[in-house]
Amino acid sequence: MASLHTNYLGISSPNPFWLASAPPTDKLINVLRAFEAGWGGVVWKTLGSQIKNVSSRYSAVDYHGSRVMGLNNIELISDRPLELNLREIKECIRLFPNRAMIVSLMADNDRESWHELIRKVEDTGAHGLELNFGCPHGMTERGMGAAVGQDPAIARLVTEWVMEAATIPVITKLTPNVHSVVPTGRAAVEAGSQGLSLINTIQSVTGVDLDTFIPNPNVGGKSTFGGYCGPAVKPIALKMLTTIAQDPVTRKAPISGIGGISTWKDAAEFMLLGATTVQVCTAVMKHGFRIIEGLCEGLNNWMDEKGFRQITDFIGLSVPTLTQWEELDLNYHIVARIDPAKCIHCGLCYIACEDASHQSISLTSGDPYNTYAVKEEECVGCNLCKLVCPVDGCITMVEQRVGPEYLNWKQFQEKGLPLNDH
Amino acid sequence: MAITNNRLTPGEYVENFGDIHPPFETRDAALVEANRCLYCYDAPCTKSCPTGIDVPKFIKQIATDDLKGAARTIFISNIMGGGCSRVCPVEKLCEGACVYNLMEEKPISIARLQRLPTDEAMRRKWPLFVRKPALGKRVAIVGAGPAGLSAAHVLSREGIDVTIYEKEARGGGLMTYGVAAYKVTPDYCAEELEYILSLGGITIQYNTSLGKDLTLQHLREQYDAVFLAFGVGLARRLDIPGEELAGVVNALKFIYDIRTEGFPAVPVGDKVAVIGMGMTAIDAATQARRLGAGEVTLVYRRTETEMPCTQKELEIARQDGCRIHWLAAPQAVIGAGGHVTGLRCERMELGPPDAGGRRSPQPTGETFTLDVDMVIKATGQMPFEELALDAGVGHRGGKVAVDGAGATSLPGVFAGGDCVNGGKEVVDAVQAGKLSAAAILSYLQITH
Repeated sequence: MASLHTNYLGISSPNPFWLASAPPTDKLINVLRAFEAGWGGVVWKTLGSQIKNVSSRYSAVDYHGSRVMGLNNIELISDRPLELNLREIKECIRLFPNRAMIVSLMADNDRESWHELIRKVEDTGAHGLELNFGCPHGMTERGMGAAVGQDPAIARLVTEWVMEAATIPVITKLTPNVHSVVPTGRAAVEAGSQGLSLINTIQSVTGVDLDTFIPNPNVGGKSTFGGYCGPAVKPIALKMLTTIAQDPVTRKAPISGIGGISTWKDAAEFMLLGATTVQVCTAVMKHGFRIIEGLCEGLNNWMDEKGFRQITDFIGLSVPTLTQWEELDLNYHIVARIDPAKCIHCGLCYIACEDASHQSISLTSGDPYNTYAVKEEECVGCNLCKLVCPVDGCITMVEQRVGPEYLNWKQFQEKGLPLNDH
Repeated sequence: MAITNNRLTPGEYVENFGDIHPPFETRDAALVEANRCLYCYDAPCTKSCPTGIDVPKFIKQIATDDLKGAARTIFISNIMGGGCSRVCPVEKLCEGACVYNLMEEKPISIARLQRLPTDEAMRRKWPLFVRKPALGKRVAIVGAGPAGLSAAHVLSREGIDVTIYEKEARGGGLMTYGVAAYKVTPDYCAEELEYILSLGGITIQYNTSLGKDLTLQHLREQYDAVFLAFGVGLARRLDIPGEELAGVVNALKFIYDIRTEGFPAVPVGDKVAVIGMGMTAIDAATQARRLGAGEVTLVYRRTETEMPCTQKELEIARQDGCRIHWLAAPQAVIGAGGHVTGLRCERMELGPPDAGGRRSPQPTGETFTLDVDMVIKATGQMPFEELALDAGVGHRGGKVAVDGAGATSLPGVFAGGDCVNGGKEVVDAVQAGKLSAAAILSYLQITH
């Protein structure tokens, strides 16, 4: 059986699954339950200046009958007294010494405040610090959170202050509310941050109540932009993660991946694209800490099947396969093929191709079942039919190379090859 | 042994005749089912619905909280979409065609979903259709059953004033009078009728029979067009000895009595034989059991492969404890003192396929006698041949002859539904009404 043991900047945890800095990690009672359930580590909910929270705090996007495809929150950092948090952190470390205890920080914007907060947190015996440069709501209006992360110069300055005081590993958490996460990531790494975590939540409005006309979440008749997370943001997180894993400066810092991780499969994907650990929040907010069992077992079984003995065997394995569009092979060509034995005659492939792609599927009327077949000479190999087909394995994409040799766009232009004529 | 009524307590009647297709209890439950729908293109369910209801569209509308839109989608194709959601043999129509069947998955509960917006529309009296301004044209319809009402609704929407002549005291036709009460209650039928008529422009003259109270000639003189939708008549005769004995009843009359007189009033035997294996036979057999008959036996001269009822209907009969004698042809009703005491049947065997490919039953000479005190005949209905003759329209064996658009041999006279097809489903009659209405509009040169 493969080992899930994780070493992140010298911080050891029995598995790569950490709980992200969020409501599930804001007090002793939760964190102890999480550790009892088997979580590898936690990032304690952000400590910093004193704040008050509002009610309500969350709103969600449901999709096609499934709840909480995406979750939005307008909750701020911990609203509990600092001393109470520190006492509880210390107690959790005493009771579960083999789990990772990272503490998220967001001090006021001056060197002294950061130094004082770091000293107090390090006194608890915590294993690492995570700098919250990403919270997109509330705190930004006070110049904190994403207001720091969105400006590489400020991020660099604050990281430098942190590194003057910190004696334990520092992870900088990046905001996705930028055109690219790389500049701030570089600034943090160049200023000494040993690790990077991403993504924080994405600014959002999840919807508007069609009876009251007030966007949600509704706080006494008003709302505010919140931070979006959950399965809906996973593809955006994976893209941003990859840019950090590929950049020559930021790739030196091990990554803790965050953004819609709900299953072991999500975790494996984040790790293949460069994450050493993964942080989970929304899935736990929906289902509780018990999901850790399935996460560990699923990842373990997959590793066994693929012959990976430890997680370092596959971390970052897929990073080199993400390349520039111009490097893609124009001679690679696939066409769709429909297996008539598996086809249930729903017509979804046909109408998608007919209305939205290349009119490459033929319809032969039947009563009540039509027959659908691919016109291979028309098929551009876009995958759309396969994506909308409700039957696994009914539509397969078959390779039919245009030419035997690799041919990218530059070479195509140099050779003066003809463009499409229809 | 005796045929008596009032066999059960009031509570037992309520329980036995409760709704067999309960609606979704909650919006959430309906949404789970609605969201299973794949939203097929050129959907097999729609193509398998005689009225062509756009099923994926109305299910999507349910899933997106547009019940009003869903109701209109249903009613625009089938104004009796509420009643049909209760009485349609969906397992051989829309649900039978659902592509999930091909995945060995449970098909979408289309009928149950269809009930949700149609019930809501009727409960809240949504005015989903607005009549066009009156055109000063008048059409007479004979029969306020599904075909007549369907045609009336289409015609009135287009601004035509419609008068329906109905021989019974209530509208709805066989929906009101000829379907098992656990599928659709008489109260529901009354509400459905009221909802259809709420469009306006439709008047019903009850207790008025063609051939008795009025003539087709009169209607042709008074109206711009006439639509005949008078349905079919009584049960086909068995033409076997003993058919006149007390205790031999026809299934439609039996069902009619249950629906008009109330459950306790309808007499039923201790041991009942039902002859036939169509939907009406099943409705009669199961309701005989539910009225308190001790033993009910269905007698059918062919096998399960050839039976006209659906598998689901057969299951209902079996679950109600009805026994079935396959390959048994009634030979004589046996009696004593003028009352039924038994039914002698001959065992049959299936011969080679006939010209139509159906294997027809052949007598074996072997007989057996069922010990019964009541025999219900459900071997199909006879067309109103005399009515057709009197009216002077062309017919085939009593069934009114029409062209593809529903026109009869007489100019301006159209026909549709059971009086043309000899007796099919409610949903077929609704479609026939729609098609005939379209033909009438063309005849009257009204563009729609």
